[in-house]
Amino acid sequence: MSPESTPSQRLADMRQAAEEQWRELHEPEIPVIYVGNATCGRAAGSQETIASFEESLAEKGLEARLVKVGCLGHCYAEPLVIIHYPGYPPLMYQKVGAGEARVLVNSFLKDGSDPCFEYLFGALEPNDTFPTLMDYPRYLFEKRVIMEHCGLIDPASLDHYLAVGGYQGLAKALEAGSRRVVQEIKDAHLRGRGGAGFPTGIKWEIAANASRHPKVVICNGDEGDPGAYMDRTLMESNPHQVLEGLIIAALAIGASRALLYIRAEYPLAVETIQQAIDAARERGLLGADILGSGFGLEVEVFQGSGAFVCGEETALIQSIQGNRGMPQYRPPYPAVAGLDGLPTVINNVKTLSTVPVIMRRGSNWFKQIGTENTPGTAIFSVVGDVEYPGLVEVPMGVTLEHLITEVCGGIKDGKPFKAVQIGGPSGGCLPASELRTPIDFDSLRQAGAMMGSGGMVVMNDEACMVEVARYFVDFTQNESCGKCTFCRVGTRHLLAILQEITKGEGSEEDLEELQVLSESIIQGSLCSLGKTAPNPVLTTLRFFRDEYLAHVREKRCPALMCRELIAYYIDLEACARGCDACVACCPTEAIFTTSNRKKAIDQEKCVKCGECVYACPPEYDAVRKVSPPEMIPDQGIEPLAETEEEDEK
Amino acid sequence: MSDDMVVLTVDGLEIKVPRGTKLLQACLDNGIYIPNLCYLEGMERPPSSCRLCLVEIEGRPGPVPSCSLEVENGMVVHTSTDALRRLQQTAFRLLVSTNSGKCSLCMANKRCEMQRIAKFLHMPLRTKRLRHIPKDMPRIIEEHPCIDYESNKCVLCGRCIYVCGRQEDAPFHLDFAGRGFNTVISFFGSELPGVAEYCRDCGACIAACPVGALSYREDRQRFLQQLERNKASRARK
Ligand SMILES: Cc1cc2nc3c(=O)[nH]c(=O)nc-3n(C[C@H](O)[C@H](O)[C@H](O)COP(=O)(O)O)c2cc1C
Repeated sequence: MSPESTPSQRLADMRQAAEEQWRELHEPEIPVIYVGNATCGRAAGSQETIASFEESLAEKGLEARLVKVGCLGHCYAEPLVIIHYPGYPPLMYQKVGAGEARVLVNSFLKDGSDPCFEYLFGALEPNDTFPTLMDYPRYLFEKRVIMEHCGLIDPASLDHYLAVGGYQGLAKALEAGSRRVVQEIKDAHLRGRGGAGFPTGIKWEIAANASRHPKVVICNGDEGDPGAYMDRTLMESNPHQVLEGLIIAALAIGASRALLYIRAEYPLAVETIQQAIDAARERGLLGADILGSGFGLEVEVFQGSGAFVCGEETALIQSIQGNRGMPQYRPPYPAVAGLDGLPTVINNVKTLSTVPVIMRRGSNWFKQIGTENTPGTAIFSVVGDVEYPGLVEVPMGVTLEHLITEVCGGIKDGKPFKAVQIGGPSGGCLPASELRTPIDFDSLRQAGAMMGSGGMVVMNDEACMVEVARYFVDFTQNESCGKCTFCRVGTRHLLAILQEITKGEGSEEDLEELQVLSESIIQGSLCSLGKTAPNPVLTTLRFFRDEYLAHVREKRCPALMCRELIAYYIDLEACARGCDACVACCPTEAIFTTSNRKKAIDQEKCVKCGECVYACPPEYDAVRKVSPPEMIPDQGIEPLAETEEEDEK
Repeated sequence: MSDDMVVLTVDGLEIKVPRGTKLLQACLDNGIYIPNLCYLEGMERPPSSCRLCLVEIEGRPGPVPSCSLEVENGMVVHTSTDALRRLQQTAFRLLVSTNSGKCSLCMANKRCEMQRIAKFLHMPLRTKRLRHIPKDMPRIIEEHPCIDYESNKCVLCGRCIYVCGRQEDAPFHLDFAGRGFNTVISFFGSELPGVAEYCRDCGACIAACPVGALSYREDRQRFLQQLERNKASRARK
């Protein structure tokens, strides 16, 4: 390597060896087995799957390469395995536990004779024999920009990332220089994916123009939203892409210090990122003189100790400085005066992961995806009552309806859709009538929800919207840092009122108070935690008012969810004489035998746990739920006389 | 006129103050009262947490905390619009909702900042519209060797933490602890040697508390005894 070579030339040299490896993997002579081994895969048992593959291969004396990859985002199908057998297209299998792994070895890997159609999900490439993934709506409609390589490369291998084009964006950026990098990101209209959608290029420009030195960039990997895990997945599945984005950001603003703030509850992400940092430093992609450009940067990992509010940028800075994570009044914004008073750019993991792609492919390419106001893609972690939960990456601007019914397969078990809660704990709940809303920062905000960092909970008609609002306010109240009056005390009052309503102790004036107090909290709170915490309350009040009214006027929970407002009884018509499947499951011994030897529930003893519903054999399906409790019909129940009970035994 | 002065209009009144002054301080210095709890003169970055000193500034969206804004030439400020009053009243209602509102039984009676604000906002000290929700913890916390802390009176303004933090030689410092509604002042570290002696002489936190949530244990005991005696003498009459 000549000392005068450009960053691109140096990178090309590095890439040659990487591409060699990559070819070996993709035009294999021996079978290659990829196992999804990120946190989600592990939770589903991928470690056992790997062990089982290793054992079975050894037993059979077979040769194969095992590659531990990250996550593809298909939670419903974990553990996911891709097998590339020479002569076959790469084939994806779902729910491959230890047993299935053994079968795959014995039937398929042994001699390639039987590709085990029963576990097959699809082929990764077009072919004449197997259905391909593109035959599934999930794959057809997804657009992978940020997650393009997640689950397909080994996160521990810098070479894999290099082979798929990694660090080319950085090389280009190093050659273009700070000003043109900022301009490219501005031209791309990239908006921050951490929640607020602030234009990244403008943020960088402010920091680049700030006169104080040194400057700092921070990757925000706190991800405190319950049920959200896209940032974790990116860090675990493609850490170098995050890192590359971070280095480009540092170059753009002229920072000499970079931090990755990762919550300590993400040990695998911390480990993977740390490994990536070490590998990048070893190859001259980090350190004093990156790719011979003269630009130098060190990156360190900071482990946050897990408070939701520490994801807020000013609280995050406090937490790094060793203080309690409490948000500060802005201005000054961190880009002007952040960590230790230095100009500091804070960007979300997804934002930074998008940057290398923009640098490599150009802002014009990027702007073709998504909408004019928000180009690019959105990653959602869709959970709740959908057929295919998981991480989905779609172009900005697709409708909620499209995302839920097409991409995620609609509501599970064919039940009716009721609401979707978008934007994390302080997102809004939207009903069916709002499903036409396009997914982008501005449209969602207008509808009363928000993009947040991409949490999405889909609910069927068994969800009580008052209870849902109570649940989320309970979360934000607990996670409030306690600093400002409106958030600390105001959300506590919202919670108190909601609790009373779910118990049937609310009044119509309470609905008014909820509305007024919510508006005050939004106006008066110091940071966005408080400013958004009432969203679930306001949207449910607006879209599901009837449900609130049923609770306060009739003491009735239409969704049959609020415990104080429901009761269980056994329909004597449906109950089978002599069956006592429900009796043993009742924790309070509330179920007794009636005079005609059927079962009934003693309402005094019943704690409404609902266990009997599941215990009752489906062919009888005799347990009924009603609201309000007075709706239990009079079935003329007489307990079985003591003497008879003795006889029975 | 020198460049060091800034002219702005507050509620129709023109005032002239040194550049760099916080808007709240400028108003207070010119006899325009804005309710406030968490601000202390000289703070570089006020916490802006009590949310009482909100004002409206023409040309800017939404209410802003005057404690955290520097004055600017030509600023047009409103401190008493209906919308602001409603917000302040709500904040006040929230702050008193943890407390019993029995002022006559409190050491800070008649010098309590909340009493002053109540008068200013025409608000009762005992909440009627909202529920009374005491914090989920002991009413009196006696972790410190010589200082008592009354959790439900505390408005979490953080002044005590600020002044304590400035005592550089103090053997321990106050901080916040807990989360959400149950956030409190923490006396973590007050079991260290030398704390009782130091704090007995310092007392900065007690002096800074606007509501009498902090007091020397001795003083509080004496005050309670006095209350008992008064009660007994009233009973005799
Ligand atoms: C309560 C709260 C929690 C937040 N949590 C996160 C988080 O976990 N991750 C994140 O990137 N941004 C979070 N944010 C947003 C950050 O304050 C900040 O806007 C973001 O990191 C900026 O990155 P971006 O410009 O790339 O979007 C949170 C904000 C609030 C108010």
